[in-house]
Amino acid sequence: MTGRAGVGATLRHAGTVVLSVGVLIAAWAALAVILDQRALPTPLAIWQALLGEGASGELFFHLGATLLRVACAFVVAMAIGAPLGIWLGMQPGANRVIDPWLMLLLNMPALVVIVLAYIWFGLNEAAAIGAVALNKIPNVVVTLREGARSLSRELDEMAAVYRFGFRRRLRHVVLPQLQPYLAAATRSGVALIWKIVLVVELLGRSNGVGFQIHLYFQLFDVATILAYTLAFVAVMMAVEYGVLQPLESRARRWQQHRG
Amino acid sequence: MAEATPALEVDVRGRRFRSAEGGEVHALGAVAFTLPERSFTCLTGPSGCGKTTVLRMILGLDRPIDGRVQVNGSGRVAAVFQEPRLLPWRSVEDNVRLALPSVDAGRPLGALFDTLGLAAHRALLPGELSLGLARRVALARAFALEPSLILLDEPFVSLDEDTAERLRELLLSVWRARPTTVLMVTHDLEEAVALADRVIVFSAAPGTPRASIDLAAPRGVRDGPWRVQAAARLRSERTMVGVGGLP
Repeated sequence: MTGRAGVGATLRHAGTVVLSVGVLIAAWAALAVILDQRALPTPLAIWQALLGEGASGELFFHLGATLLRVACAFVVAMAIGAPLGIWLGMQPGANRVIDPWLMLLLNMPALVVIVLAYIWFGLNEAAAIGAVALNKIPNVVVTLREGARSLSRELDEMAAVYRFGFRRRLRHVVLPQLQPYLAAATRSGVALIWKIVLVVELLGRSNGVGFQIHLYFQLFDVATILAYTLAFVAVMMAVEYGVLQPLESRARRWQQHRG
Repeated sequence: MAEATPALEVDVRGRRFRSAEGGEVHALGAVAFTLPERSFTCLTGPSGCGKTTVLRMILGLDRPIDGRVQVNGSGRVAAVFQEPRLLPWRSVEDNVRLALPSVDAGRPLGALFDTLGLAAHRALLPGELSLGLARRVALARAFALEPSLILLDEPFVSLDEDTAERLRELLLSVWRARPTTVLMVTHDLEEAVALADRVIVFSAAPGTPRASIDLAAPRGVRDGPWRVQAAARLRSERTMVGVGGLP
């Protein structure tokens, strides 16, 4: 499908991105050199901090710990939030009962949920991941509930007439319609979760990017703080471009043929 | 001689809907009819007379039923809706196969696709099809099930007349190849007399059958002029109730 024009457009797009990032780094470097402050390290200093943490193995250990928490919290939030959201979208009665709780959770500050989880369940991994998941669940529920409300009644009737079983209906009728909503929940979910995971680590874990940032904050080492931050941002962007976007375009392949 | 069991028995007392303004709409009056096995019946009448409601009751999409609907034979019922209602993310062939019960999932469909002129389109997605082709896929999906009853709800509306006529011919040929009981709703009297063994005419809402006409003429002689004449005679039989006949 991708012809020469497609490749050309992709290259031009990549060129724009490189140029834009280059300008940002150059501007930063200039500012850092002019101000000459410890609080604003040069890009080179950050790079050296990154190499140092990488060489000692610290970087990968803490990145790995954070990534694992992000993955666990994401899986828990989707596994609980998606079915609940679909159910609420289909059952207006149940929705009227649950909706106030959802609003409460949705407006609860992440920090409060984390602190309460640590107080009630102790400073352990389950409390940490549970607190992060609980912050994300209302988001997933609301998104999927919207999706379930927009399910096609026509296709539902077709599936009823042709006696689709539960699994066939879910896989071939319902989930393809919910795909954009699942993608939206995933996108916003991964971004939100990793930010909250850092707070959880800062408050009550002894490893992970959040823990390291806390440590270097006490040492006032801005270069290392930024090194960790940028490393994890890079990992999350790799997940976005390497995993989420390819999955999504695969799921949307049928839409290219809309007449 | 014992009377053969009809393929479908309908005996309902009516249907009222709540309107948007909060009032009640009496959409359908008392309706009772039976369809002999392997017959082709058309249900026709003015718009809003409850024709589609009758189909929805038979399909179990409109519940609860005030009365009785009994499908005999295998009990398998297939439907062709006004819109094709295909799954846009599945190929033509998958759309047909997904509608089959698991035991029949591997059933060869080549002959059916050939009859309906879909052999070259099996791998396409519904979005790549014209409306006429999508309607053929909906027909294929219904006949592939080998149901004891097929319900069609104005399956040829919003097509140009040539395409609609071609589809009518396809419907008759696939029905001949796989005989089953057909009940088709149409507002087009000429279409009704072209296709059916029997035409049931509904009154205006609340709809109730006001005439039932058997058509004896073989389908081969039902050309344009014949249809116009037969339709005109049907229209003129305003007060007739019960069974009548047309040559």
